[in-house]
Amino acid sequence: MPTTLLSITADPIDMASVVRLAEAGGPAGRFGAVTSFLGTVRGENLGRHVVELEYEAYEPLAIKAFEIISGEVAQHWPTVRLAVQHRIGRVPIGETSIVIAAASPHRAEAFQACRYVIERVKQIAPIWKREVFEGGEAWVEGATADPTDAAARKAAYGRACG
Amino acid sequence: MRITILLFARLRDLAGSPRLVRAVAEGATVDTVWQVLAAEFPAVAPYRASISAAVDADYARFTTPVADGSEVAFLPPVSGG
Repeated sequence: MPTTLLSITADPIDMASVVRLAEAGGPAGRFGAVTSFLGTVRGENLGRHVVELEYEAYEPLAIKAFEIISGEVAQHWPTVRLAVQHRIGRVPIGETSIVIAAASPHRAEAFQACRYVIERVKQIAPIWKREVFEGGEAWVEGATADPTDAAARKAAYGRACG
Repeated sequence: MRITILLFARLRDLAGSPRLVRAVAEGATVDTVWQVLAAEFPAVAPYRASISAAVDADYARFTTPVADGSEVAFLPPVSGG
């Protein structure tokens, strides 16, 4: 069970506990909407049959990345309370690699914040996945992590609000 | 100065170790540390344009100075989520 809003775990993720953390702030009835995003391991990628993904993180910096993203969410959507948990280690297909939960008085900002966070996690969080597929394995390499890249941040915001 | 170098994902595979301790001269920057690494493990050199770096678990530039005991991490392109 996560005890902090932004966390990394080597255990299977319990989505409900992450949602509860997002909902936990402030007086009862403060929030009228909670949106959640689950990233799950797909069994096919680039025509390959995926067996599992293996995630690793530079944990202290990954938590800082989540804090940076949380601060950005607070700027764009000040009413949102956010909880994020990312799993590391071996994650079999079908299981959850990340849960994002955003609680807000109204649904629009909760939906937008949730989308924004997954875009930013993919852009800047120091987390890597190695794809184990039938016949081999390969590191997946996406974005060069730079939290100060204003164009990337703008792109994430555009996807969230598009 | 003694610097601890942390390597992740493919960079770790290429260097064969997640953690190295190397000596650099006074006045060194993250880029100096990278050059030490790339000289020892030429296979990592092509990554220079696509990686980012951290010093003591904070995002850093290649121009960021390092100090004795600094922990310098090199981050290949990320793929979380």
